[in-house]
Amino acid sequence: MHLTKEEEQTLNGEDGETLQKAIEILVALGDIYGADRLIPIKSAQIAGVSYKTIGDAGLEWISDLEGKVKVPSILNPAGMDLKLWDEMGISPQFAQKQHEIIKAYEKLGVTSKCTCTPYYLDNFTLGYGDHVAWSESSAVSYVNSVIGARTNREGGPSALSAALVGKTANFGYHLDENREPTISVTVECNLSGADYAALGYIAGKTVGSKVPLFFLQNEPEGDELKALGAAMAASGAVALYHVDSVTPDARRMKFEKTDENIIIEESQIREVYDKIPDNTAQTDVDMVAFGCPHCSADELAHIARLLDGKQVEKDVWVCTSREIAERYPQFVDKIEKSGALVVCDTCMVVSPASENYNLMMVNSGKALSYVPSMCKVPARFGSIEECINEALRA
Amino acid sequence: MGTKKIKCRSISRGVAQGRVLISHDAISFLGNVDPKTGVVVEQDHDLYGISIKNRVLVFPHGKGSTVGSYVLYQLSKNGVAPSAMINIESEPIVAVGAIISDIPLVDRMETDPYEVLKNDTLVKIDSQTGYVEVLD
Repeated sequence: MHLTKEEEQTLNGEDGETLQKAIEILVALGDIYGADRLIPIKSAQIAGVSYKTIGDAGLEWISDLEGKVKVPSILNPAGMDLKLWDEMGISPQFAQKQHEIIKAYEKLGVTSKCTCTPYYLDNFTLGYGDHVAWSESSAVSYVNSVIGARTNREGGPSALSAALVGKTANFGYHLDENREPTISVTVECNLSGADYAALGYIAGKTVGSKVPLFFLQNEPEGDELKALGAAMAASGAVALYHVDSVTPDARRMKFEKTDENIIIEESQIREVYDKIPDNTAQTDVDMVAFGCPHCSADELAHIARLLDGKQVEKDVWVCTSREIAERYPQFVDKIEKSGALVVCDTCMVVSPASENYNLMMVNSGKALSYVPSMCKVPARFGSIEECINEALRA
Repeated sequence: MGTKKIKCRSISRGVAQGRVLISHDAISFLGNVDPKTGVVVEQDHDLYGISIKNRVLVFPHGKGSTVGSYVLYQLSKNGVAPSAMINIESEPIVAVGAIISDIPLVDRMETDPYEVLKNDTLVKIDSQTGYVEVLD
Protein backbone atom coordinates (compact mmCIF):
# COMPACT_ATOMS: atom_id res chain seq x y z
CA MET A 1 0.00 0.00 0.00
CA HIS A 2 1.38 3.42 -0.94
CA LEU A 3 1.38 5.98 1.86
CA THR A 4 2.13 9.70 1.60
CA LYS A 5 4.96 11.18 3.63
CA GLU A 6 2.46 12.59 6.13
CA GLU A 7 0.73 9.21 6.47
CA GLU A 8 4.10 7.50 7.06
CA GLN A 9 4.84 10.00 9.81
CA THR A 10 1.51 9.30 11.47
CA LEU A 11 2.17 5.57 11.21
CA ASN A 12 5.55 6.06 12.87
CA GLY A 13 3.90 7.74 15.83
CA GLU A 14 4.87 11.34 15.15
CA ASP A 15 1.27 12.52 15.60
CA GLY A 16 0.61 10.66 18.85
CA GLU A 17 -0.44 7.20 19.85
CA THR A 18 -4.16 7.41 19.10
CA LEU A 19 -3.57 8.50 15.50
CA GLN A 20 -0.80 5.95 15.13
CA LYS A 21 -3.17 3.16 16.13
CA ALA A 22 -5.93 4.59 13.96
CA ILE A 23 -3.82 4.68 10.80
CA GLU A 24 -2.35 1.27 11.63
CA ILE A 25 -5.89 -0.14 11.59
CA LEU A 26 -6.65 1.49 8.23
CA VAL A 27 -3.37 0.23 6.73
CA ALA A 28 -3.87 -3.30 8.09
CA LEU A 29 -7.36 -3.50 6.61
CA GLY A 30 -6.05 -2.03 3.38
CA ASP A 31 -3.34 -4.71 3.25
CA ILE A 32 -5.80 -7.50 3.99
CA TYR A 33 -8.11 -6.36 1.19
CA GLY A 34 -5.46 -5.22 -1.29
CA ALA A 35 -5.98 -1.43 -1.16
CA ASP A 36 -3.49 0.73 -3.07
CA ARG A 37 -3.78 3.82 -0.84
CA LEU A 38 -5.86 5.80 1.64
CA ILE A 39 -8.58 8.11 0.28
CA PRO A 40 -10.22 11.13 1.95
CA ILE A 41 -13.74 10.67 3.31
CA LYS A 42 -16.57 13.15 3.69
CA SER A 43 -18.03 11.74 6.92
CA ALA A 44 -18.01 8.76 9.26
CA GLN A 45 -20.73 6.85 11.05
CA ILE A 46 -19.53 4.78 13.96
CA ALA A 47 -21.03 1.50 15.15
CA GLY A 48 -20.35 0.06 18.56
CA VAL A 49 -22.51 2.41 20.60
CA SER A 50 -25.06 0.35 22.49
CA TYR A 51 -23.76 -0.85 25.85
CA LYS A 52 -25.70 -4.03 25.12
CA THR A 53 -23.41 -4.66 22.13
CA ILE A 54 -19.94 -3.46 23.14
CA GLY A 55 -20.11 -3.88 26.91
CA ASP A 56 -17.27 -2.85 29.22
CA ALA A 57 -14.68 -4.01 26.68
CA GLY A 58 -15.71 -1.41 24.13
CA LEU A 59 -16.27 1.31 26.70
CA GLU A 60 -12.71 0.86 27.99
CA TRP A 61 -11.17 1.15 24.56
CA ILE A 62 -13.08 4.27 23.51
CA SER A 63 -12.44 5.97 26.86
CA ASP A 64 -8.67 5.46 26.48
CA LEU A 65 -8.45 7.25 23.11
CA GLU A 66 -7.35 10.85 22.70
CA GLY A 67 -7.68 13.45 19.97
CA LYS A 68 -10.43 14.73 17.71
CA VAL A 69 -12.14 13.42 14.61
CA LYS A 70 -11.24 15.19 11.34
CA VAL A 71 -14.57 14.81 9.51
CA PRO A 72 -18.22 15.05 10.61
CA SER A 73 -18.82 11.88 12.61
CA ILE A 74 -22.02 10.45 14.00
CA LEU A 75 -23.07 7.41 16.01
CA ASN A 76 -25.14 4.33 15.38
CA PRO A 77 -28.23 3.88 17.61
CA ALA A 78 -27.57 3.46 21.33
CA GLY A 79 -29.24 1.00 23.68
CA MET A 80 -31.81 3.53 24.88
CA ASP A 81 -33.45 6.90 24.29
CA LEU A 82 -30.87 9.17 25.93
CA LYS A 83 -33.68 11.15 27.60
CA LEU A 84 -36.66 8.80 27.96
CA TRP A 85 -34.72 5.69 29.06
CA ASP A 86 -36.67 5.35 32.28
CA GLU A 87 -40.01 5.30 30.42
CA MET A 88 -38.63 2.56 28.18
CA GLY A 89 -37.94 0.31 31.14
CA ILE A 90 -34.12 0.65 31.09
CA SER A 91 -32.26 0.10 34.36
CA PRO A 92 -30.27 2.99 35.90
CA GLN A 93 -27.12 0.82 35.79
CA PHE A 94 -27.45 0.33 32.03
CA ALA A 95 -28.26 4.02 31.53
CA GLN A 96 -25.14 5.02 33.45
CA LYS A 97 -22.88 2.87 31.23
CA GLN A 98 -24.65 4.04 28.07
CA HIS A 99 -24.10 7.69 29.01
CA GLU A 100 -20.42 6.96 29.67
CA ILE A 101 -20.05 5.53 26.17
CA ILE A 102 -21.71 8.58 24.59
CA LYS A 103 -19.51 10.94 26.61
CA ALA A 104 -16.38 9.06 25.56
CA TYR A 105 -17.32 9.56 21.90
CA GLU A 106 -18.20 13.22 22.50
CA LYS A 107 -14.73 13.78 23.95
CA LEU A 108 -13.33 12.70 20.58
CA GLY A 109 -15.48 15.27 18.77
CA VAL A 110 -18.10 12.81 17.56
CA THR A 111 -21.61 14.27 17.49
CA SER A 112 -23.71 12.50 20.12
CA LYS A 113 -26.60 11.91 17.72
CA CYS A 114 -27.38 8.21 17.46
CA THR A 115 -29.11 7.09 14.30
CA CYS A 116 -29.04 4.50 11.53
CA THR A 117 -30.29 7.13 9.04
CA PRO A 118 -27.65 9.90 9.18
CA TYR A 119 -28.37 10.69 5.53
CA TYR A 120 -31.48 12.67 6.63
CA LEU A 121 -29.38 14.95 8.85
CA ASP A 122 -27.59 18.24 8.19
CA ASN A 123 -23.82 17.68 7.67
CA PHE A 124 -24.38 14.08 6.65
CA THR A 125 -26.22 14.39 3.34
CA LEU A 126 -24.23 12.86 0.49
CA GLY A 127 -23.96 13.11 -3.27
CA TYR A 128 -23.22 10.62 -6.03
CA GLY A 129 -19.64 9.34 -5.88
CA ASP A 130 -18.80 10.70 -2.40
CA HIS A 131 -16.56 8.44 -0.31
CA VAL A 132 -17.45 7.86 3.35
CA ALA A 133 -16.76 5.38 6.16
CA TRP A 134 -20.11 4.31 7.56
CA SER A 135 -20.89 1.31 9.72
CA GLU A 136 -24.53 0.54 10.15
CA SER A 137 -25.53 -2.09 7.63
CA SER A 138 -28.75 -0.45 6.41
CA ALA A 139 -27.10 2.96 6.17
CA VAL A 140 -24.22 1.40 4.21
CA SER A 141 -26.72 -0.15 1.82
CA TYR A 142 -28.60 3.15 1.41
CA VAL A 143 -25.39 5.13 0.82
CA ASN A 144 -24.09 2.72 -1.81
CA SER A 145 -27.34 1.84 -3.51
CA VAL A 146 -29.85 4.69 -3.21
CA ILE A 147 -27.45 7.66 -3.07
CA GLY A 148 -24.67 6.17 -5.17
CA ALA A 149 -22.00 7.32 -2.72
CA ARG A 150 -19.37 4.76 -1.65
CA THR A 151 -18.60 3.00 1.58
CA ASN A 152 -17.56 -0.38 2.89
CA ARG A 153 -19.37 -1.82 5.88
CA GLU A 154 -16.99 -0.52 8.54
CA GLY A 155 -16.62 -2.08 11.96
CA GLY A 156 -16.74 0.20 15.00
CA PRO A 157 -12.96 0.64 15.45
CA SER A 158 -12.29 1.03 11.72
CA ALA A 159 -14.98 3.71 11.32
CA LEU A 160 -13.65 5.58 14.33
CA SER A 161 -10.10 5.25 12.95
CA ALA A 162 -11.28 6.62 9.61
CA ALA A 163 -12.95 9.52 11.43
CA LEU A 164 -9.76 10.34 13.36
CA VAL A 165 -7.53 10.13 10.27
CA GLY A 166 -10.14 11.60 7.88
CA LYS A 167 -9.41 8.80 5.41
CA THR A 168 -10.20 5.19 4.68
CA ALA A 169 -8.46 2.45 2.71
CA ASN A 170 -9.36 2.28 -0.97
CA PHE A 171 -10.85 -1.18 -1.50
CA GLY A 172 -14.17 -2.99 -1.80
CA TYR A 173 -17.15 -0.80 -2.66
CA HIS A 174 -14.95 2.27 -3.15
CA LEU A 175 -13.80 0.71 -6.44
CA ASP A 176 -15.84 0.55 -9.68
CA GLU A 177 -15.04 -3.09 -10.33
CA ASN A 178 -16.67 -4.26 -7.10
CA ARG A 179 -19.89 -2.35 -7.71
CA GLU A 180 -21.15 -4.31 -10.69
CA PRO A 181 -24.09 -6.66 -10.19
CA THR A 182 -23.22 -10.32 -9.68
CA ILE A 183 -26.75 -11.75 -9.47
CA SER A 184 -30.15 -10.68 -10.84
CA VAL A 185 -33.45 -10.83 -8.99
CA THR A 186 -36.62 -10.64 -11.04
CA VAL A 187 -39.86 -9.91 -9.20
CA GLU A 188 -42.99 -10.94 -11.04
CA CYS A 189 -45.66 -9.17 -8.97
CA ASN A 190 -46.51 -5.57 -8.10
CA LEU A 191 -45.08 -4.30 -4.83
CA SER A 192 -45.83 -1.41 -2.49
CA GLY A 193 -44.92 -0.32 1.03
CA ALA A 194 -43.82 -3.13 3.34
CA ASP A 195 -43.74 -5.55 0.36
CA TYR A 196 -40.24 -4.20 -0.27
CA ALA A 197 -39.16 -5.15 3.25
CA ALA A 198 -40.59 -8.63 2.69
CA LEU A 199 -38.78 -8.86 -0.64
CA GLY A 200 -35.49 -7.88 0.99
CA TYR A 201 -36.05 -10.41 3.75
CA ILE A 202 -36.45 -13.20 1.18
CA ALA A 203 -33.84 -12.05 -1.33
CA GLY A 204 -31.11 -11.50 1.29
CA LYS A 205 -31.20 -15.17 2.24
CA THR A 206 -30.41 -16.24 -1.33
CA VAL A 207 -28.19 -13.37 -2.40
CA GLY A 208 -25.82 -13.55 0.61
CA SER A 209 -23.02 -11.06 0.05
CA LYS A 210 -23.41 -10.68 -3.71
CA VAL A 211 -24.45 -7.47 -5.48
CA PRO A 212 -28.01 -8.00 -6.72
CA LEU A 213 -29.62 -6.22 -9.66
CA PHE A 214 -33.42 -6.08 -9.28
CA PHE A 215 -35.91 -6.07 -12.10
CA LEU A 216 -39.19 -4.80 -10.65
CA GLN A 217 -42.67 -4.12 -12.00
CA ASN A 218 -42.91 -0.80 -10.13
CA GLU A 219 -40.65 2.12 -9.37
CA PRO A 220 -39.99 2.11 -5.60
CA GLU A 221 -39.65 5.32 -3.56
CA GLY A 222 -36.85 6.24 -1.17
CA ASP A 223 -38.43 4.74 1.95
CA GLU A 224 -39.25 1.55 0.09
CA LEU A 225 -35.65 1.25 -1.11
CA LYS A 226 -34.50 1.89 2.44
CA ALA A 227 -36.65 -0.99 3.69
CA LEU A 228 -35.47 -3.30 0.89
CA GLY A 229 -31.79 -2.64 1.55
CA ALA A 230 -32.09 -2.84 5.34
CA ALA A 231 -33.78 -6.24 5.13
CA MET A 232 -31.18 -7.65 2.72
CA ALA A 233 -28.33 -6.43 4.90
CA ALA A 234 -29.87 -8.33 7.81
CA SER A 235 -31.10 -11.59 6.27
CA GLY A 236 -28.02 -11.59 4.01
CA ALA A 237 -24.89 -9.44 3.92
CA VAL A 238 -25.81 -7.16 1.03
CA ALA A 239 -24.00 -3.81 1.16
CA LEU A 240 -24.88 -2.67 -2.35
CA TYR A 241 -27.78 -3.42 -4.68
CA HIS A 242 -29.15 -1.95 -7.87
CA VAL A 243 -32.68 -1.56 -9.21
CA ASP A 244 -32.83 -1.49 -12.98
CA SER A 245 -33.63 2.03 -14.27
CA VAL A 246 -34.11 3.33 -10.72
CA THR A 247 -30.95 3.49 -8.55
CA PRO A 248 -28.18 5.90 -9.62
CA ASP A 249 -25.51 3.38 -10.63
CA ALA A 250 -28.07 1.36 -12.60
CA ARG A 251 -29.32 4.49 -14.42
CA ARG A 252 -25.80 5.52 -15.38
CA MET A 253 -24.27 2.12 -16.19
CA LYS A 254 -27.35 0.45 -17.70
CA PHE A 255 -26.31 -2.97 -16.31
CA GLU A 256 -27.42 -6.07 -18.21
CA LYS A 257 -29.16 -8.98 -16.53
CA THR A 258 -26.52 -11.34 -15.10
CA ASP A 259 -26.25 -15.04 -15.96
CA GLU A 260 -27.48 -15.98 -12.52
CA ASN A 261 -31.08 -14.84 -12.08
CA ILE A 262 -33.54 -15.72 -9.35
CA ILE A 263 -37.27 -15.18 -9.62
CA ILE A 264 -39.41 -14.09 -6.69
CA GLU A 265 -43.16 -14.72 -6.83
CA GLU A 266 -46.09 -13.12 -5.05
CA SER A 267 -46.67 -16.23 -2.92
CA GLN A 268 -43.19 -15.87 -1.37
CA ILE A 269 -43.91 -12.25 -0.40
CA ARG A 270 -47.26 -13.32 1.13
CA GLU A 271 -45.56 -16.00 3.21
CA VAL A 272 -43.56 -13.34 5.07
CA TYR A 273 -46.81 -11.63 6.13
CA ASP A 274 -48.55 -14.88 7.01
CA LYS A 275 -45.79 -16.53 9.01
CA ILE A 276 -46.63 -17.16 12.66
CA PRO A 277 -43.47 -17.75 14.68
CA ASP A 278 -43.13 -21.11 16.43
CA ASN A 279 -44.97 -21.55 19.73
CA THR A 280 -46.78 -18.21 19.47
CA ALA A 281 -50.18 -19.36 18.17
CA GLN A 282 -51.73 -18.55 21.56
CA THR A 283 -49.59 -15.46 22.19
CA ASP A 284 -50.93 -11.94 21.63
CA VAL A 285 -48.82 -9.22 20.12
CA ASP A 286 -47.89 -6.99 23.07
CA MET A 287 -45.59 -4.59 21.27
CA VAL A 288 -45.72 -2.87 17.87
CA ALA A 289 -42.54 -1.21 16.64
CA PHE A 290 -41.86 1.11 13.70
CA GLY A 291 -38.67 2.77 12.60
CA CYS A 292 -36.19 0.09 11.61
CA PRO A 293 -34.34 1.84 10.02
CA HIS A 294 -35.27 5.11 11.77
CA CYS A 295 -38.37 6.79 10.36
CA SER A 296 -38.05 9.47 7.71
CA ALA A 297 -40.21 12.60 7.93
CA ASP A 298 -42.66 10.97 5.48
CA GLU A 299 -42.95 7.80 7.55
CA LEU A 300 -43.44 9.81 10.73
CA ALA A 301 -46.21 11.81 8.99
CA HIS A 302 -47.85 8.62 7.74
CA ILE A 303 -47.91 7.03 11.21
CA ALA A 304 -49.16 10.30 12.76
CA ARG A 305 -52.02 10.40 10.24
CA LEU A 306 -53.03 6.81 11.00
CA LEU A 307 -52.93 7.34 14.78
CA ASP A 308 -54.57 10.78 14.78
CA GLY A 309 -57.44 10.89 17.31
CA LYS A 310 -57.08 7.19 18.23
CA GLN A 311 -55.86 5.38 21.35
CA VAL A 312 -53.42 2.46 21.18
CA GLU A 313 -54.10 -0.61 23.31
CA LYS A 314 -50.54 -1.95 23.21
CA ASP A 315 -47.06 -0.57 23.67
CA VAL A 316 -46.06 1.13 20.44
CA TRP A 317 -42.59 2.47 19.64
CA VAL A 318 -42.00 4.79 16.73
CA CYS A 319 -38.22 4.95 16.40
CA THR A 320 -36.52 7.86 14.69
CA SER A 321 -33.54 10.17 15.00
CA ARG A 322 -33.79 12.98 17.54
CA GLU A 323 -33.20 15.55 14.79
CA ILE A 324 -36.17 14.35 12.72
CA ALA A 325 -38.39 14.22 15.83
CA GLU A 326 -37.40 17.78 16.76
CA ARG A 327 -37.97 19.03 13.23
CA TYR A 328 -41.58 17.72 13.18
CA PRO A 329 -43.13 18.29 16.63
CA GLN A 330 -46.65 18.24 15.10
CA PHE A 331 -46.23 14.56 14.06
CA VAL A 332 -44.63 13.61 17.38
CA ASP A 333 -47.50 15.27 19.22
CA LYS A 334 -50.18 13.33 17.29
CA ILE A 335 -48.36 10.04 17.80
CA GLU A 336 -47.84 10.60 21.52
CA LYS A 337 -51.47 11.69 22.08
CA SER A 338 -52.49 8.20 20.93
CA GLY A 339 -50.41 6.66 23.72
CA ALA A 340 -47.60 5.55 21.40
CA LEU A 341 -44.02 6.46 22.28
CA VAL A 342 -41.71 8.30 19.90
CA VAL A 343 -38.35 6.78 20.73
CA CYS A 344 -35.15 8.54 19.65
CA ASP A 345 -31.44 7.51 19.63
CA THR A 346 -32.28 3.79 19.73
CA CYS A 347 -34.52 1.10 18.29
CA MET A 348 -36.23 -2.21 19.00
CA VAL A 349 -33.21 -4.17 17.80
CA VAL A 350 -30.43 -2.65 19.92
CA SER A 351 -32.33 -1.72 23.09
CA PRO A 352 -32.50 -4.28 25.90
CA ALA A 353 -35.97 -2.86 26.71
CA SER A 354 -37.34 -4.97 23.83
CA GLU A 355 -36.65 -8.08 25.87
CA ASN A 356 -39.60 -7.21 28.16
CA TYR A 357 -42.13 -8.29 25.50
CA ASN A 358 -43.59 -11.65 24.40
CA LEU A 359 -44.45 -11.03 20.74
CA MET A 360 -43.53 -8.05 18.62
CA MET A 361 -45.13 -6.88 15.37
CA VAL A 362 -42.98 -4.97 12.90
CA ASN A 363 -43.16 -3.55 9.38
CA SER A 364 -39.41 -4.04 8.90
CA GLY A 365 -37.66 -7.00 7.31
CA LYS A 366 -34.53 -6.09 9.21
CA ALA A 367 -36.31 -6.14 12.57
CA LEU A 368 -38.00 -9.39 11.54
CA SER A 369 -34.52 -10.90 11.07
CA TYR A 370 -32.88 -9.51 14.20
CA VAL A 371 -35.53 -9.23 16.93
CA PRO A 372 -35.86 -13.01 17.40
CA SER A 373 -32.09 -13.59 17.49
CA MET A 374 -30.80 -10.47 19.25
CA CYS A 375 -33.72 -9.78 21.63
CA LYS A 376 -35.00 -13.37 21.95
CA VAL A 377 -38.50 -12.07 21.18
CA PRO A 378 -40.53 -13.69 18.38
CA ALA A 379 -41.76 -11.27 15.72
CA ARG A 380 -44.58 -11.03 13.18
CA PHE A 381 -44.58 -8.95 10.04
CA GLY A 382 -47.24 -6.58 8.66
CA SER A 383 -47.73 -3.43 6.61
CA ILE A 384 -47.75 -0.09 8.41
CA GLU A 385 -51.59 -0.18 8.38
CA GLU A 386 -51.75 -3.76 9.68
CA CYS A 387 -49.33 -2.87 12.46
CA ILE A 388 -51.42 0.16 13.45
CA ASN A 389 -54.61 -1.97 13.43
CA GLU A 390 -52.91 -4.48 15.71
CA ALA A 391 -51.85 -1.66 18.04
CA LEU A 392 -55.44 -0.36 18.23
CA ARG A 393 -56.97 -3.82 18.82
CA ALA A 394 -57.96 -4.47 22.43
CA MET B 1 21.03 -26.14 15.47
CA GLY B 2 20.73 -22.61 14.12
CA THR B 3 17.55 -20.64 14.25
CA LYS B 4 15.17 -20.57 11.35
CA LYS B 5 13.54 -17.39 10.04
CA ILE B 6 10.30 -17.65 8.10
CA LYS B 7 8.91 -14.70 6.18
CA CYS B 8 5.33 -13.63 6.78
CA ARG B 9 2.99 -10.70 6.35
CA SER B 10 2.76 -8.12 9.16
CA ILE B 11 -0.74 -7.16 10.28
CA SER B 12 -0.17 -5.66 13.74
CA ARG B 13 3.31 -4.28 14.28
CA GLY B 14 5.55 -5.22 17.16
CA VAL B 15 8.12 -7.71 18.41
CA ALA B 16 7.41 -10.50 20.90
CA GLN B 17 8.73 -13.85 22.01
CA GLY B 18 6.92 -16.78 23.56
CA ARG B 19 5.91 -20.41 23.44
CA VAL B 20 3.52 -21.58 20.75
CA LEU B 21 -0.04 -22.64 21.44
CA ILE B 22 -1.60 -24.35 18.44
CA SER B 23 -5.29 -24.25 17.59
CA HIS B 24 -6.82 -25.66 14.44
CA ASP B 25 -10.15 -23.98 15.15
CA ALA B 26 -11.14 -20.42 14.27
CA ILE B 27 -11.61 -18.22 17.34
CA SER B 28 -14.44 -15.87 18.22
CA PHE B 29 -12.90 -13.87 21.03
CA LEU B 30 -16.40 -12.79 22.05
CA GLY B 31 -17.82 -15.89 23.66
CA ASN B 32 -14.90 -18.30 23.21
CA VAL B 33 -12.44 -16.67 25.63
CA ASP B 34 -12.99 -15.39 29.18
CA PRO B 35 -11.71 -11.78 29.15
CA LYS B 36 -10.77 -11.94 32.85
CA THR B 37 -8.65 -15.11 32.78
CA GLY B 38 -7.68 -15.67 29.14
CA VAL B 39 -9.00 -19.22 29.35
CA VAL B 40 -10.90 -20.68 26.39
CA VAL B 41 -14.40 -21.41 27.68
CA GLU B 42 -16.07 -22.74 24.53
CA GLN B 43 -16.57 -26.47 25.07
CA ASP B 44 -16.42 -27.34 21.38
CA HIS B 45 -13.12 -25.52 20.87
CA ASP B 46 -9.88 -27.49 20.62
CA LEU B 47 -8.32 -25.17 23.23
CA TYR B 48 -11.18 -25.63 25.74
CA GLY B 49 -9.91 -25.09 29.28
CA ILE B 50 -6.50 -23.79 28.17
CA SER B 51 -5.17 -20.28 28.89
CA ILE B 52 -3.88 -18.21 25.96
CA LYS B 53 -2.02 -15.86 28.32
CA ASN B 54 1.52 -15.00 27.16
CA ARG B 55 1.43 -17.65 24.43
CA VAL B 56 2.11 -17.22 20.74
CA LEU B 57 -1.35 -18.22 19.61
CA VAL B 58 -1.48 -19.96 16.24
CA PHE B 59 -4.97 -20.26 14.72
CA PRO B 60 -6.44 -20.16 11.22
CA HIS B 61 -8.44 -16.91 11.52
CA GLY B 62 -10.99 -15.08 13.61
CA LYS B 63 -14.74 -15.43 13.37
CA GLY B 64 -17.94 -14.19 15.01
CA SER B 65 -18.89 -10.79 16.40
CA THR B 66 -16.84 -7.68 15.72
CA VAL B 67 -17.03 -7.07 19.49
CA GLY B 68 -14.23 -9.67 19.57
CA SER B 69 -11.80 -6.82 18.78
CA TYR B 70 -12.69 -5.14 22.07
CA VAL B 71 -12.40 -8.45 23.96
CA LEU B 72 -8.76 -8.70 22.85
CA TYR B 73 -8.30 -5.20 24.28
CA GLN B 74 -9.82 -6.33 27.58
CA LEU B 75 -7.59 -9.43 27.68
CA SER B 76 -4.61 -7.17 27.17
CA LYS B 77 -5.63 -4.72 29.90
CA ASN B 78 -6.22 -7.65 32.24
CA GLY B 79 -2.72 -8.99 31.52
CA VAL B 80 -3.97 -12.28 30.09
CA ALA B 81 -3.62 -11.67 26.34
CA PRO B 82 -1.46 -13.76 24.02
CA SER B 83 2.03 -12.30 23.54
CA ALA B 84 1.66 -12.62 19.77
CA MET B 85 -0.62 -14.26 17.20
CA ILE B 86 -0.06 -16.10 13.94
CA ASN B 87 -2.95 -16.61 11.51
CA ILE B 88 -3.18 -18.52 8.30
CA GLU B 89 -5.19 -15.59 6.93
CA SER B 90 -6.10 -12.63 9.15
CA GLU B 91 -9.54 -11.03 9.01
CA PRO B 92 -10.60 -7.62 10.34
CA ILE B 93 -11.89 -8.64 13.79
CA VAL B 94 -8.62 -10.12 15.03
CA ALA B 95 -6.51 -7.63 13.03
CA VAL B 96 -8.23 -4.64 14.63
CA GLY B 97 -8.21 -6.26 18.06
CA ALA B 98 -4.48 -6.98 17.83
CA ILE B 99 -3.63 -3.44 16.76
CA ILE B 100 -5.62 -1.69 19.48
CA SER B 101 -4.15 -4.10 22.06
CA ASP B 102 -0.48 -3.87 20.98
CA ILE B 103 -0.32 -7.59 20.19
CA PRO B 104 1.96 -8.43 17.24
CA LEU B 105 0.00 -10.33 14.56
CA VAL B 106 1.27 -11.90 11.36
CA ASP B 107 -0.27 -14.13 8.71
CA ARG B 108 0.62 -15.86 5.42
CA MET B 109 3.83 -17.50 6.69
CA GLU B 110 5.90 -18.79 3.78
CA THR B 111 5.97 -22.22 5.42
CA ASP B 112 2.79 -23.73 6.85
CA PRO B 113 2.88 -22.87 10.58
CA TYR B 114 1.17 -26.16 11.40
CA GLU B 115 4.17 -27.99 9.89
CA VAL B 116 7.04 -26.06 11.43
CA LEU B 117 5.53 -25.08 14.78
CA LYS B 118 4.53 -27.41 17.61
CA ASN B 119 3.00 -26.66 20.99
CA ASP B 120 5.61 -25.06 23.29
CA THR B 121 8.08 -24.28 20.48
CA LEU B 122 9.87 -21.05 21.45
CA VAL B 123 9.44 -18.46 18.70
CA LYS B 124 10.12 -14.79 18.12
CA ILE B 125 7.61 -12.78 16.10
CA ASP B 126 8.97 -9.67 14.43
CA SER B 127 6.16 -7.97 12.61
CA GLN B 128 8.18 -4.78 12.13
CA THR B 129 10.25 -6.53 9.48
CA GLY B 130 7.92 -9.46 8.84
CA TYR B 131 9.32 -12.76 10.02
CA VAL B 132 8.78 -15.57 12.51
CA GLU B 133 11.96 -17.03 14.03
CA VAL B 134 11.99 -20.55 15.49
CA LEU B 135 14.36 -20.42 18.47
CA ASP B 136 14.17 -24.01 19.74
